[in-house]
Amino acid sequence: MTNSHEVPTPINVKYFSKGAIVLSFLTLIGLCGYIYRLIVGLDASTNLNNQFPWGIWIAIDVASGVALAAGGFTTALLADVFHKDKYHSLTRPALLTAMLGYTFVVVGLLADLGRYYNVWHPMIPSMWQGNSVLFEVGLCVMIYLNVLYCEFLPILIEKFMGHVNLPGILSRYNSLVESLLRISNRTLYRVLSLFIIAGVVLSCLHQSSLGTLMVIAPYKMHPLWYTPILPLLFLLSAISVGFPMVIFESILSAWSFKLKPETKTLASIAKYTPFLLFCYLSIKLGDLAIRNAFGYLTEINIQSVAFVLEIGIGVILPMVLLFQKSKRHSIKYLFISACCIIFGILVNRINVFLIAYTPPFSNDFYFPSLIEVIVTVGLISGLILIYRFMVIHLPVISVQRVKFNIVTDTPKSKATIKG
Amino acid sequence: MNKDRRKFLKMATATVAAATILPSVSEASLEHCEEDFDNAFGVLVDTTVCIGCRNCELACDRQNELTDHPKSYFMDNTVFDSRRRPSVESYTVVNSSFDSSSTDNKSFGKIQCMHCNHPACVSACIVGALTKCKHGVVSYDAWKCIGCRYCMVACPFQIPAYEYKEALKPRVMKCTFCYDLIHNDKKPACVESCPVEALTFGKRGDLIKHAHVKIEAAPNNYYDHVFGENEIGGTSWMYLANKDFINYDLPKLEEEKIPSLTESIQHGIFKSFLPPLALYGFLGLVMHSIRQDKKKEEENDEQS
Repeated sequence: MTNSHEVPTPINVKYFSKGAIVLSFLTLIGLCGYIYRLIVGLDASTNLNNQFPWGIWIAIDVASGVALAAGGFTTALLADVFHKDKYHSLTRPALLTAMLGYTFVVVGLLADLGRYYNVWHPMIPSMWQGNSVLFEVGLCVMIYLNVLYCEFLPILIEKFMGHVNLPGILSRYNSLVESLLRISNRTLYRVLSLFIIAGVVLSCLHQSSLGTLMVIAPYKMHPLWYTPILPLLFLLSAISVGFPMVIFESILSAWSFKLKPETKTLASIAKYTPFLLFCYLSIKLGDLAIRNAFGYLTEINIQSVAFVLEIGIGVILPMVLLFQKSKRHSIKYLFISACCIIFGILVNRINVFLIAYTPPFSNDFYFPSLIEVIVTVGLISGLILIYRFMVIHLPVISVQRVKFNIVTDTPKSKATIKG
Repeated sequence: MNKDRRKFLKMATATVAAATILPSVSEASLEHCEEDFDNAFGVLVDTTVCIGCRNCELACDRQNELTDHPKSYFMDNTVFDSRRRPSVESYTVVNSSFDSSSTDNKSFGKIQCMHCNHPACVSACIVGALTKCKHGVVSYDAWKCIGCRYCMVACPFQIPAYEYKEALKPRVMKCTFCYDLIHNDKKPACVESCPVEALTFGKRGDLIKHAHVKIEAAPNNYYDHVFGENEIGGTSWMYLANKDFINYDLPKLEEEKIPSLTESIQHGIFKSFLPPLALYGFLGLVMHSIRQDKKKEEENDEQS
């Protein structure tokens, strides 16, 4: 499957770089905020109120988190289902991001739930509520998270199979664990495609249903965003952000680990993005035209500005950039476009869940509290830290062996291949 | 593209087509059973009669043991200076200028959970903690609740309040329609307490007739509309006023039931699980056929 010269390898670098130290600090502050929220409750830790029951923990941690983890299923679709083998080097980083992303979505959601200890309730058949959009989202996310863990298992097996070495008294089980790994490796190899397809289907379902969530509040949503096709827009935007997210990470990792960026592969995968963005944009604008909602853009208020920001910087600019072949082959412009698209998705999800949410009877308004911000920042930092830990210790990032030797000759490079 | 692959793709397309046609046949069976809302309980609020004494607020507070406020708290008329919303401390609040005639001809009206016929909150609730009972009551089971607050997002009347101050066991707080009382053939506490009979408790069907009789008897006194008769599929609590009251405390609503907005999408996607299964089958066939192609290509390469 994998091209002969590209092998996923643990990256041998020092864990605590300057950036990692800053992130650890932010994670620690976020953790304190998280524990504070669990102890004192939502009133003391958030600015949520009766008229604005959802804040940034839902809009950013959950909604944006799920959208930005879409790289996992889009890359799997392209590389595994459509067998575009040249993108295989991108599947593992994308899978790791999706796995960690969804894990942190659940962690973030727990902070927001008033009775977080009841989070298992939707799994009990007697409490199933098939009419609830949230029930579908919750169940899909939960199943998908487990599918992601299963998809990730081969990476762990690859790391440990053949050299299981448990410490002390446990060492007598070495051969037992070894054979268990071999059995699961063989079973997984057979059923992995089933999991991969399941992941794609589950993703399509809950990515779109996240959009359906707000369809239930027609009288509270600003007309620039309220449309019955919100689920379609959410699905399309999630698919559009999948590859840019992979590009974004790949360039960041290359920069952080002093590796040669896979410009050719990234430029190649970026060619799909402007077409996806074009589809998304035309449906979104067409819908606005059909609903006669363009007029709301002439009013200057927070909604119209947020909408122009979302579409202008988040969709049109990167689409124009990526339609040009020369820009696609420049790491700089690839990175800028990816950043724009990710920004656009983030702003879109914040817009739909917070900016568009304008209930008619409200004296208060919502602005996130300090605790809400530090918890959100802490969760993102924590995710990056675990990602860094995993790519240093597990075979995730593909290093081009042949070209790599050339890179190591340059004085800048610090990375070497482990093992 | 070789023949095998084309055959597979054809089969796959057929599967998807079948999946999209089949569900429309069973559509009718998934529709909600129409319930007998005429015989459910309801309350008619006549805002032209209400004098703003806030006795209903006091009765509600005592019945539901919400606060320790003294009786004098509920006689303070300065509360009418601001527009209040129901909260964790009060399931119902009386506001002044309920209708649009704000300066002259001051009038009052109370707001609380409307106990909709087709409640958005019930449709939204992830665990079925909110239910519509046969008496017409929308009731809440805190034990099931996970505290996601989607019901608050869904409610078009902005009624449910949340116990944000509770660290461990926060609840969604809203009018219970005094379920225990009406279950035992008594009136809700607020209705019982009203000194001027601004609140009429009864069967919803009778109340609608009663309301239209009132309007016909005194057309100059009333704006010709019973709020809640048809709004979002009807509500158990309904309102009469002397002018168009779509302004301060009640939102302008269409007749379409809110749950059907999301449920039609949901049940469309999940009809007998066919669409997801069809997508699964389609992707599986695509994956399989391309893999076979690649294998054959490799074999050919080796031979040549």
